[in-house]
Amino acid sequence: MASAETTLNRLTGPVREAGQCLMFLFRMLAGIRLNLSVIQAILQQTYLIGARSLVIIMICGFFVGMVLSLQAINALEQFGASDQVSLLVGKSLFRELGPVLTALLFAGRAGTSVTAEIGLMKATNQIEAMELMAIDPVQRIALPRFMAGVISVPLLTAMFNALAILGSVVFSIGVMDLDSGIYWSKLQTGIYFYKDFVGGLWKSLVFGGVVSLVAVYFGYSARPTGEGVGTATTNTVVLSSVLILIFDFIMTSFLT
Amino acid sequence: MEDTATSGSHSDAPIIRIRDLVFRRGRRTILDGVSMNIRRGSIVAFMGPSGVGKTTILRLISGQLQPDEGSIEINGRQISSMPWRELKRFRRNIGVLLQDGALFTDLTVFENIATPVREHTELPEPLVRRLVMSKLNAVGLGGIEDRMPHELSGGMARRVAFARAVVLDPAIMLYDEPMTGLDPIAVSTVRTLMRETNDALGLTSIVVTHNVNQMSQLVDYCYIIASGRIAGEGPPGELKNSSQPSVDQFMNGKVEGPIPFHYQPPDTPWGLLD
Repeated sequence: MASAETTLNRLTGPVREAGQCLMFLFRMLAGIRLNLSVIQAILQQTYLIGARSLVIIMICGFFVGMVLSLQAINALEQFGASDQVSLLVGKSLFRELGPVLTALLFAGRAGTSVTAEIGLMKATNQIEAMELMAIDPVQRIALPRFMAGVISVPLLTAMFNALAILGSVVFSIGVMDLDSGIYWSKLQTGIYFYKDFVGGLWKSLVFGGVVSLVAVYFGYSARPTGEGVGTATTNTVVLSSVLILIFDFIMTSFLT
Repeated sequence: MEDTATSGSHSDAPIIRIRDLVFRRGRRTILDGVSMNIRRGSIVAFMGPSGVGKTTILRLISGQLQPDEGSIEINGRQISSMPWRELKRFRRNIGVLLQDGALFTDLTVFENIATPVREHTELPEPLVRRLVMSKLNAVGLGGIEDRMPHELSGGMARRVAFARAVVLDPAIMLYDEPMTGLDPIAVSTVRTLMRETNDALGLTSIVVTHNVNQMSQLVDYCYIIASGRIAGEGPPGELKNSSQPSVDQFMNGKVEGPIPFHYQPPDTPWGLLD
């Protein structure tokens, strides 16, 4: 009887957790009051978790652009179509790789730090102190970090895409000596602004929301111990990564 | 027994009235029929061994926990039946100093103290600044307003947390082990601050602690809690000479006595050999 109950709990556990996570999102958004101090907090967090992720995003974007071009030129050369490299790199970057890789990097760089920070605030009684001062910690702590993630990921994705194109240009034109006029004209004519570029940014907006929600929720619900914060941080990376790929498939199905 | 705490020069009506309080965690009864009256303007200590439920009473008074039975009245208002909004308003009127200060680590000292002011008042920024600086000066820490909490010593952090707790001039102060981990000078400083602030502002203070010596110089009245009940109460000087076995064991730090060494005494010693 007890083992049947345990099995049932294990099966319903993820559903319950998902429900609690959505309730947390509702609690965050329902109590929102956009006054000056909230806007200041959102901007500060956007700087802390968004701007500080710029360097890693730019470095990764540059090398992803280079490696994509290397692989594309190797494959296209067999068909005498290496001048199509910018089209292949542009499409795959703007539609898929840019939003997905940026969100994965953001989950690893910023999502974990948000979870650990909130978890430690809980472990050091800062959340309890806030409740005792009649200050809603969800509004004061979770909301600015969530909003900062939603704002940051599309901006970081745009930066990732720009640096990836730069990497591709450096490799294709600078190293492989492809014609720069053909490279840019193929990119200009083959890439559609709304369908490819804006479509990718929509995805990144959703990914930003997913990663940030997972990060603040796991931080807020972490057990207030060292082990609990560690587990919550790991869960943030694992669940964010899985959810990014699931949402990518769902959104791609609707956007194409 | 309860009347001793309520009698005093400030007012006959107790500010906090607790009746037959029962609180359980799962099957374990933490508090079992606790009753007390806390006199307005006094400093009262809840003392007892670790894990006996002292902090639980503090959390019940602040409305963080709900009792299973009994009632807590503050200024004639029932805490346990307060709706959330009312409880929020009520909490603006209490200051809490937690064990390690619990300063917000992402804010400067100034912002830490200003947070409750900005949250609960519409004061213009120059007034917020004056209020915060006056509280910071009152705890002897003028000039450190731009520092981050990790740049402060334990004693300084506790004093900043104290300034934050009293910044809205609460009627009741709750202290949870306020002197743990402090050096003797910091202990004396915090103790003096607690006494002077309590008397100057006419507060009522409740201190949770297990340190008998530190508290006997500060508090007006003590409740000794053991096994979920009040084992003894009275002014600290009287309790030290109490003949009540639990009180005598705790106040004089005796190993032998009714307060058990084992959390759950084993039925037979054979369990140790399993």
